[in-house]
Amino acid sequence: MIRFFAKKIVILVLSLYVVASLTFALMQMIPGDPFTEEKAIPEEILKSMRQHYGLDRPWYVQYGKYMKGLATWDLGPSFKYQGRTVNDIIKEGFPVSLALGLESLTLSIFAGIGIGSLASLKHMKWQDHFLMIMAVFGIAVPSFILATFLQYLFGMKLDLLPVARWGGFDHSILPALALAALPTAFIARLTRSNMVEIMQQDYIQTARSKGLNGLQIIYHHALRNALLPIVTYLGPLTTAILTGSFAVEKIFGIPGLGQWFVMSITNRDYTVIMGTTVFYSTILMVTVFFIDILYCIIDPRIQLMRKSNTT
Amino acid sequence: MKQILFLCAMGIFLFGCQKKTRPIDDNQQILRLNIHTEPPSLDARKANDTSSIAIINMCFEGLMKRGKEGAIEPAIAHRVEISDDNLTYTFHLRPAKWWDGRAVTAQDFETTWKTILNPSFPSGFAQELYTLKNGMAAKNGMVSINEVGVVALDEETLQVELDHPVPYFLDLVASHAFLAVPAHITKLSPHWADDGSSLFVGNGPYKLTEWKHHNSLTLKRNDEYWDVDSVTMDEIHMYIVQDEMTELNMFESDELDWAGQPLSTLPTDALQALGAQGRLQTYPMSGTYYYIFNCQQPPFDNVHFRKAFSLAINRKTIIENITQSKQIPATGFIPPTIWQINPHFEDNDIQEAKKLFSIALKEMGYTRDTLPPITLIYNTCAAHHKIAQVIQEQWFRAFGIRVKLANMEWKVFLNELMHKQFQVARMGGIGTFNDPMTFFDLYRYPHSSNNYSGWSNTEFTELIQNAEMTVDPIKRELFLREAEKIFMDEMPIAPIYYYTGTYIKKKYVKGIQLSEFSDANFKFAFLEL
Repeated sequence: MIRFFAKKIVILVLSLYVVASLTFALMQMIPGDPFTEEKAIPEEILKSMRQHYGLDRPWYVQYGKYMKGLATWDLGPSFKYQGRTVNDIIKEGFPVSLALGLESLTLSIFAGIGIGSLASLKHMKWQDHFLMIMAVFGIAVPSFILATFLQYLFGMKLDLLPVARWGGFDHSILPALALAALPTAFIARLTRSNMVEIMQQDYIQTARSKGLNGLQIIYHHALRNALLPIVTYLGPLTTAILTGSFAVEKIFGIPGLGQWFVMSITNRDYTVIMGTTVFYSTILMVTVFFIDILYCIIDPRIQLMRKSNTT
Repeated sequence: MKQILFLCAMGIFLFGCQKKTRPIDDNQQILRLNIHTEPPSLDARKANDTSSIAIINMCFEGLMKRGKEGAIEPAIAHRVEISDDNLTYTFHLRPAKWWDGRAVTAQDFETTWKTILNPSFPSGFAQELYTLKNGMAAKNGMVSINEVGVVALDEETLQVELDHPVPYFLDLVASHAFLAVPAHITKLSPHWADDGSSLFVGNGPYKLTEWKHHNSLTLKRNDEYWDVDSVTMDEIHMYIVQDEMTELNMFESDELDWAGQPLSTLPTDALQALGAQGRLQTYPMSGTYYYIFNCQQPPFDNVHFRKAFSLAINRKTIIENITQSKQIPATGFIPPTIWQINPHFEDNDIQEAKKLFSIALKEMGYTRDTLPPITLIYNTCAAHHKIAQVIQEQWFRAFGIRVKLANMEWKVFLNELMHKQFQVARMGGIGTFNDPMTFFDLYRYPHSSNNYSGWSNTEFTELIQNAEMTVDPIKRELFLREAEKIFMDEMPIAPIYYYTGTYIKKKYVKGIQLSEFSDANFKFAFLEL
């Protein structure tokens, strides 16, 4: 058990090192710097700005400084937003994305599994067709189109909810719905196809012959097996949804972390690029690690030790 | 069970729906505005972007300001004396206070300006203060900061010495670059302006009371402001929503009182509809949208070639069908907000363009088939893309050549311009003060950091220098007019249109003064409820 954890942590640290180094290299390669502006700054002023932020030092000195900062989780100051550190930005942005993400994640898991189960119960009947057509829409319609539509319908026409911004629970309903649509549809389709397959297994036939009704069979016998592929999908989904979405955050004016992934690159805000990338990678790896553990809980046939011996 | 779950879900949803907040109380004067981006810095010595400057102008006031009619008026200085040689300005300060109760002194101005010019201080707009004697030399570390031409004679008197006569100096003093920050506060902490805490102290009509990063800022009337009786608004709520369409939607659902310029922009796709409904408001801005030619590389090193490409553009079509905001076709460089415009050429003069094109081909030894491929670059943006497509078509019709279009990410685009890796590129600029020099200064020398065209002309440079040394306004204008003539004869840029600002507002919003320099004065704003 300890060996398993130790191995996982070593892999995690190594992967983070590779991610950080690659990000640093790519960042150095893209043209422009934080001080590139439409009205070009005179050379002497540019020099003093670069000196102030240590950008006049050779790349290996900057690299060493970044790595040292990363090791102590001191991600440095933002070049664009003066007086704010990357740690501040993550500390303020992440809880917002997390709250919104958890809301839409819960919604998509429950709604997705519910819809998928229902469709499989009514396999090849009109309910199944209807739900799956809706799911195709959910997958096909991008979140920013849905977001605009929700804003128009609930914010402007029905005047029920605020159009945008972040504040109370009412502000989070529309963005959570926009974020949840795609994963809900995906989970629904995944649940349905697994469930349809499982429902033809012998042990389900046995359960049925014992006189259990559809819901009982699904809840006690089928769902657990049908959940495995969904759990696999949950890893990257959780990371993506918890760290925020650029499009949805931009449209609803939400001060989350998602917008920083894009904005920091547009601004060439080097420290923010590094910080958010490493933070995202950490969350992704930690989530995947927990998903591994979750596997074992759902399916006792998979064991941590055996897994660690084979990996 | 199912019914209970359903009821719970509906309950949560309806509970959420009922919470929709409308913070506006009809008895209070609260203005709700939106800025597109979080202000990167509220330190007036560092801020150099529209969002930050908008907030800074509400919280700070300089020696001079733009008055109700846009004219320069005394503000913190109640009187100015100008020496006969126009080189020394003496500002007499009125009794005014920072909002912590301390007096605004001449030393505050001296310290602030000298800090900006300190070589080790990271200020991106220090060049705006190069008009001060030894300003540039001090920034370059060639002279001591104490030799900069600004000194507080006493608490209420500030003496400023200039490098050369600058007829628009008071105009400059009214801009954000010449504000003061409280010296007694900046001494305490370099982070005084970072988050609107109690350390953040200003002297303007409004006081920042709350700053939720990337979400909103709240400003209240500053009771310590010297002219507080002229301020009607109780509060200004500034929201930070990046998406233009969302901003418009918020305006339509009564969550905002204003949408569009000067604090943000309206979505291009909505302009036509808003115009048709008669709701779109426009105002002239001091700026020109243009295409730059790279004058250091063939074929655009040939003046006839440049002129041909400029004359073949149909500016009227672009304004009527794409920009749709009552812009004026540009047939010169300096916009009509600065002086009355003399057209330097005719818009869409295809015949002349064709003639010039054949002359240029002959001079360069090309035929239409051997002409190297031409690429037009612009930064990624729907409006720039549409304009580029129309101009591409206009050039094809005029000369039978298909120009390639290439859009790029903003900083990549700027990088290409700086390294002169382009043939034709989109550009535009809003002036910072009310004088042609705000534009001509960019092209004064071929190596000027903003002269992306690489164009140079000794006669032009001389005329600019003569204008700079001339005090007589009539003579000075003659020099500058002549300079514009040379500039347009050589055509390192193809002007396309003079900018206008567009916005929509609630009928009850009054008193906001829009300036042609992409900022606004909210001091006299009020709601007629």
